[in-house]
Amino acid sequence: MWSAEVPAFLPFFIGALLALVTRGPLRSAMMLATITVSGVHLWLLQGDVVVAFDFLGYEIVPYRVDKLALIFGYVFHLAAFMSVLFALHVRDTMQHVSGLLYAGSAIGAVFAGDLVTLFIFWELLALTSVFLIWAQRTERAYHAGMRYLIIQVLSGVILMAGLIIYHGETGSIAFDYLGITTIGGWLILLAFGIKAAFPLLHTWLTDAYPEATVTGTVFLSAFTTKTAIYTLARGYPGIDILIYIGATMACFPIFYAVIQNDLRKVLSYSLINQLGFMVCGIGIGTTLAINGAVSHAFVHIIYKSLLFMSMGAVLHMTGTIQATKTGGLYKTMPKTTILCIIGAASISAFPLFSGFVAKSLIMAAALKEGHNVIWLILLLASAGVLKHAGIQIPYFAFFAHDHGLRASDPPKNMLFAMTIAAFFCLAIGIYPDMLYRLLPYELNYNPYDLTHVLAQTQLLFFAMLAFVWLNLQKLYPPEVEAVNIDAEWIYRRLFPNLLRRAFAWVWRTDASARQSLHHRLVRLTEHLARIHYPGAKASQLRPTGNMVMWVAILLAVYMWLLLSFIE
Amino acid sequence: MAEKSKHLFDNPRNVKRILYLLYISCGILFVLDFIVHRHISHGWEELLGFYSIYGFIGCAGIIFCAKALRYFVKRRPDYYERGDDENKEVHDVVS
Repeated sequence: MWSAEVPAFLPFFIGALLALVTRGPLRSAMMLATITVSGVHLWLLQGDVVVAFDFLGYEIVPYRVDKLALIFGYVFHLAAFMSVLFALHVRDTMQHVSGLLYAGSAIGAVFAGDLVTLFIFWELLALTSVFLIWAQRTERAYHAGMRYLIIQVLSGVILMAGLIIYHGETGSIAFDYLGITTIGGWLILLAFGIKAAFPLLHTWLTDAYPEATVTGTVFLSAFTTKTAIYTLARGYPGIDILIYIGATMACFPIFYAVIQNDLRKVLSYSLINQLGFMVCGIGIGTTLAINGAVSHAFVHIIYKSLLFMSMGAVLHMTGTIQATKTGGLYKTMPKTTILCIIGAASISAFPLFSGFVAKSLIMAAALKEGHNVIWLILLLASAGVLKHAGIQIPYFAFFAHDHGLRASDPPKNMLFAMTIAAFFCLAIGIYPDMLYRLLPYELNYNPYDLTHVLAQTQLLFFAMLAFVWLNLQKLYPPEVEAVNIDAEWIYRRLFPNLLRRAFAWVWRTDASARQSLHHRLVRLTEHLARIHYPGAKASQLRPTGNMVMWVAILLAVYMWLLLSFIE
Repeated sequence: MAEKSKHLFDNPRNVKRILYLLYISCGILFVLDFIVHRHISHGWEELLGFYSIYGFIGCAGIIFCAKALRYFVKRRPDYYERGDDENKEVHDVVS
């Protein structure tokens, strides 16, 4: 029965079907069992696997397992398990089914060996995940989901166009190193870039993630963007432009994150900042850097899930996640507080937490390759991560100003899911070899040498000191209810406004053109009427002789013309 | 309403303790720079207290820049919902 060639996404799709027809505890058990079985199946694989067949002369590879794909496969299973566990209390078939389908699509995408298979899962990712946003069932969420879907599908369409052109240029649809020497390669990079939230293409993320359901955001935070990171690592390692894109992504969201009021939006910006580190690592492209990017994606999925889960728990229990309303919750939600702090310490890359052992690889690679300015920027971004994710999230949710909200810790399944995530954050931080053994390339690196630990601790503690100092001096920007416009302003405000103005101009011009034509017609009728009045020019009687004379003249001219031709 | 039980940080002294702990840690970390012999992979790291100063200035700088950014991008909460009239920008920025 067991075969290495059963694709890893298959159990998820079967599980989603079963979730449709089961209810209650049976469904819960079935969903968790599905993911566990699929995970064990993947764990038992020995060596690389390739499943390929010929279709209309194209070599389709629906399942290709190698070390780079496998590590993403593992962490996607872990993320799926935590997200499903976190959502077990939800009584909403739509969310359970789409959650499993979504996780399955992501797993399908990372094991896709050709671009056509990748395209199919790429679009499935978009179609299945949007229901996690719509499941909020508010008008706001509906519109946000629609915008999300349009941009995601657009990315798929660009991928399709790219792969057709790429095939025309190279004659291959294999999904390996693609490069940017061809137009197809550029288009595919753009498609990946949309899902990887490149600057200016990132707004679907910060727009939609905070609008999804409490449990939906946990799913969303794990899969789409990390699938894109995988595809970039596969298709575009060592492409210089990615270094600069990554550095930009690591920096600009920090400033936005600091001034957001919605704590899930803070996390969304922080997600882009983290992706920046990974994209940068992929751009540097050495084995150390790729290892760094991959391991950062691995640990990031876990601690970002943990943070989204803890904020989800607050939202679930109190009904709000606005920094202006939360605060003081450590008193009644102590477990959530501690778990959230573990996530925050991990993302800030404190020694002994998982972020530290992964981010170090990228930083070391940047220095080794002589990207000094990029290294400085990433270092600044590291201080920024501590600020907006490490401090801001736990501080405003659980401490800061007590606005009188009182809520107990969330249901057991939520706490349990968060505990699993927190366990992995610490375990990987303390035994980094656990992670390093899974990496695609051989790695000889010890993150725990004294110099490095000291440097990182100094950076983080003095950044904390700056936060404390600004807070005590009352210089820290207070939480306010507001919208901060970002690049989405272009399509949510500028384009609609321009279109409205353009249409207004068209209607105005049209109206005035009609009016003037109407005016002329009226004047023409008046004129015609005037000349036909009795006694006017046109109503005078003319003798028949006039006509005969004109006919004679015409005939004469005609004859003369005819004669001149005959000559 | 009737909840009067004291929590950890209701007592300002506990907050003070945490802060002192932070100050002392920072002090120790800074002094360690003089004691520990670090192997250096980059020239800037030779500067005494490079990481400490960079961390402090970086974090403060980010916060000040974000405050400035707020001046440009902040709009009223229903900015996108009220897509009708000309967008009068809210400039009641809390500075």
